[in-house]
Amino acid sequence: MTYIAKPKFHHPGLKKNELGYTHRDYEGKISTLCAGCGHDSITASIIEACYELSIEPHRVAKISGIGCSSKTPDYFLGNSHGFNSVHGRMPSVLTGANLANRDLIYLGVSGDGDSASIGFGQFAHSIRRAVNMTYIVENNGVYGLTKGQFSATADRGSKSKKGVTNTDNAIDLVAIALQLGATFVARSFSGDKTQLVPLIAAAIRHKGASFIDVISPCIAFNNHTGSTKSFDYVREHNDAVNRLDVLVGRDPISVDYAPGSVQVVEQHDGSKIALRKIDADYDPHDRLGAMTFLQKHAAKGQIVTGLLYVDPEADDLHEHLNTVETPLNTLEADDLCPGSAVLDKINASLR
Amino acid sequence: MPDKKPISSVNDFVVRFANVNGSGSASANELFARAILRHGVPVSPRNIFPSNIQGLPTWYEVRVTEAGHLGARGGVDMMVAMNPQTWDKDVAGIEPGGYLFYDSTKPMPSTKFRDDITVIGVPLTAIANSTYTDPRQRQLFKNIIYLGALCALLDMDPKVIEQLIGEQYKGKEKLLSSNVHALHLGRDWALQNLKCPIGLRVKKADKVGDRIFIEGNSAAALGAVYGGATVCAWYPITPSSSVAEAFTSHCKKYRHDPETGKAKYAIVQGEDELASIGIVIGASWNGARAFTATSGPGISLMTEFIGLSYFAEIPAVIMNIQRAGPSTGMPTRTQQCDIIACAYASHGDTKHVLLFPEDPAEAFEFAAAAFDLAERLQTTIFLMLDLDIGMNHRLCRPLKWDDARQYDRGKVMTAEMLDEGRDFGRYLDVDGDGIPYRTYPGTHPTKGSYFTRGTSRDRYARYSEEGTVYADNMQRLVRKFETAQDLVPRPLQANAERPTKYGVIYFGSTAPAMDEAIGLLEARGHQLDRLRIRAFPFHSSVASFLAEHDFVYVVEQNRDSQLRQLIVNENGIDPVRLVPIVHYDGSPITARFIAKAIGDHQDQLKVTPLRKAVS
Repeated sequence: MTYIAKPKFHHPGLKKNELGYTHRDYEGKISTLCAGCGHDSITASIIEACYELSIEPHRVAKISGIGCSSKTPDYFLGNSHGFNSVHGRMPSVLTGANLANRDLIYLGVSGDGDSASIGFGQFAHSIRRAVNMTYIVENNGVYGLTKGQFSATADRGSKSKKGVTNTDNAIDLVAIALQLGATFVARSFSGDKTQLVPLIAAAIRHKGASFIDVISPCIAFNNHTGSTKSFDYVREHNDAVNRLDVLVGRDPISVDYAPGSVQVVEQHDGSKIALRKIDADYDPHDRLGAMTFLQKHAAKGQIVTGLLYVDPEADDLHEHLNTVETPLNTLEADDLCPGSAVLDKINASLR
Repeated sequence: MPDKKPISSVNDFVVRFANVNGSGSASANELFARAILRHGVPVSPRNIFPSNIQGLPTWYEVRVTEAGHLGARGGVDMMVAMNPQTWDKDVAGIEPGGYLFYDSTKPMPSTKFRDDITVIGVPLTAIANSTYTDPRQRQLFKNIIYLGALCALLDMDPKVIEQLIGEQYKGKEKLLSSNVHALHLGRDWALQNLKCPIGLRVKKADKVGDRIFIEGNSAAALGAVYGGATVCAWYPITPSSSVAEAFTSHCKKYRHDPETGKAKYAIVQGEDELASIGIVIGASWNGARAFTATSGPGISLMTEFIGLSYFAEIPAVIMNIQRAGPSTGMPTRTQQCDIIACAYASHGDTKHVLLFPEDPAEAFEFAAAAFDLAERLQTTIFLMLDLDIGMNHRLCRPLKWDDARQYDRGKVMTAEMLDEGRDFGRYLDVDGDGIPYRTYPGTHPTKGSYFTRGTSRDRYARYSEEGTVYADNMQRLVRKFETAQDLVPRPLQANAERPTKYGVIYFGSTAPAMDEAIGLLEARGHQLDRLRIRAFPFHSSVASFLAEHDFVYVVEQNRDSQLRQLIVNENGIDPVRLVPIVHYDGSPITARFIAKAIGDHQDQLKVTPLRKAVS
């Protein structure tokens, strides 16, 4: 559908953010995904979150792998550089890009085929390295672009559109991310924009490895009875532990919460996450507790959503490597080359 | 007395040390090689080692060569046989009239020796055990004791070795004096009990000049430092690991901000080669100079990304320290066997730039140049080293750097250029050289962004499956590769004294053996013009060289004559005129091998040697 040019004009009264940008400035090309695809809702949520945060669109680098989800960076932030790399390799490409310029915002977009199978290793290692990024998996449990094969996140016992039952165990990327030391871990549902938008916003503001697993039903191949990633199934089994608002550099907007039910988490950059607790016992600062909670609810067939874990004081790969504040890609010969006098000394030491 | 006259030679012989891996012999052996260099006599040492950490046999061979022949020679004049496991083979490998040096603490039956060699026994273990009580010291100092004995036998100046030990253990007085003591223990024992010196002697000369002694991997890593690499991602694999390790140690010395102590580089040990090249591609896409170092199996794994680099036009530098393949092959043996794999890496139609340094000095130069080339050409540049250059100390000219040199960052469109209204098409050939402009991410709020992808797209980076659009792009990539021809290091030609119809093409680590072989061939009356290829794509002078000669030998270290295949393929040459001379047993090629192979072929051609024709 990209042959349909998207009109550039918009209503003069369209709301603007702090930078004077409207929603439209955060949009990209028209999606070529199927009408009703969950991924398009995630795209809309990313646009909303970036607008809300008043991010300069061109200061985001969008990196993806291969698959339906990985095509989506073309559909948002049209003024950002995007990189649709190779299958399962988004994490390494993003890691390299991040090392080259620590000043940009890195948004990694992947799918369950991309991250839980061929890219499972790179997913794991980018998280354990604490790359400062927002890693979103658009999880539909199915290979959409190749027409409906099971992916590694498909639940055991779930049925494909053709009626085949999946006999393999599912990989829960959220559980793995927690185990690997991700410092921001969340799960959401593409159909729940009110939960998803602030989660993406908070993840972007988080310094360190942020991971969001977004269950995103495949309208073409995984939205039938017997699927555990369909709109109906997820709505029925969604168990949200909290809802949040992200507050950046402005007074908290009036929140109509019951007193005592709001927990404010201040992140490294000064932004605040206001968490409305739904499950009173859930503590998002307890990694072990989160892992146990997840397993218990999974056993009951429930899909736990919300901000599951956050370490607001996390650090990142650049701190581990003690790199200079100046982006490495701006350094020139004067900064980098030790020069001929040093080389003469090196030569002398080699005789 | 041996029944063959003992070899008598000053400053021209080969000593081979047979050791057990992990016995601490490496530093004593290296000390031996350096000591000869300090006598002003060139040496060419080679490690011959197994894929093992402790226990298996390892050898260190030192070619002492006043004439400066730095290739492997073949044959052993003196064997320092310290490994019972390999005794029989080691003894059998000594040239008739050669010398066997061994630890005579335990008596050996006479059947274990040969009649045509001189046997020199020194009770090394007995000397070490009577002096030291600590088992580790006994082992380590035994190595220095044999070095001391060799010093006396080969008539070396002990002061030179003492000075080297002094430099090595500067500030560690205890280690320094105990090493010097061990050296004299061995030397004194030899002087008192043996006829010193033997027929092989080291005599002070002045043939080293200002040359330096460095491993190719370390030089390449230094080239990366000087060439401005800021991101290195790698995965350990022999024989390339020491590139990244050397880069790390060079960066620690030269790349920290003096005020903040912060690093002007980032080094990541990837989880595998796939991640390593991915990190390089991501960093280069974002405008940093990035590289990885690997060997054959790593190239196989990286191939998908190499195709992306070619098609999406992202710079990358890959240092391939070649080892014997295929598969795991012989991980600790040398070959030049990845020429085709690298030149055409990836599915689809691809071609990649290869650089072939002959020694550490060129490894340094080409490594630094690789980053300019990668950014200028926006594609992968391979620096093709091999184990022989990479993991051995080699005497070479001093490294040079011009302080006026700035990095060529290639065609990068800036925010200012975009504001001036320059037409930005990521894959638009504005200059006719096939090279488009790129922008770094984050350059401009509204202009210059594009979506990078491995799928087909038009000149403005818009997705397209139109056949004409695809073909247009593929043709531009061909133009770009033609542009590369004039940017890469040119071949170097050296003509025979008299005009000849025969030529020889060679490259990389074959160079010193080839240079020496020319002398041997000339002595047999064969005249050959030489062309040392230093890069792919081939410069037009390669085609001219082929046109000017009836037969051209292509000397290389792989089974299938891969460079020859590449020349035939790229130049449309009649393969019959290109004669393969291949050496691929994992040992470095020798002048003797080349001279014999080419000489025999010339004889088959019934070429009348010039000398005979004249007489």
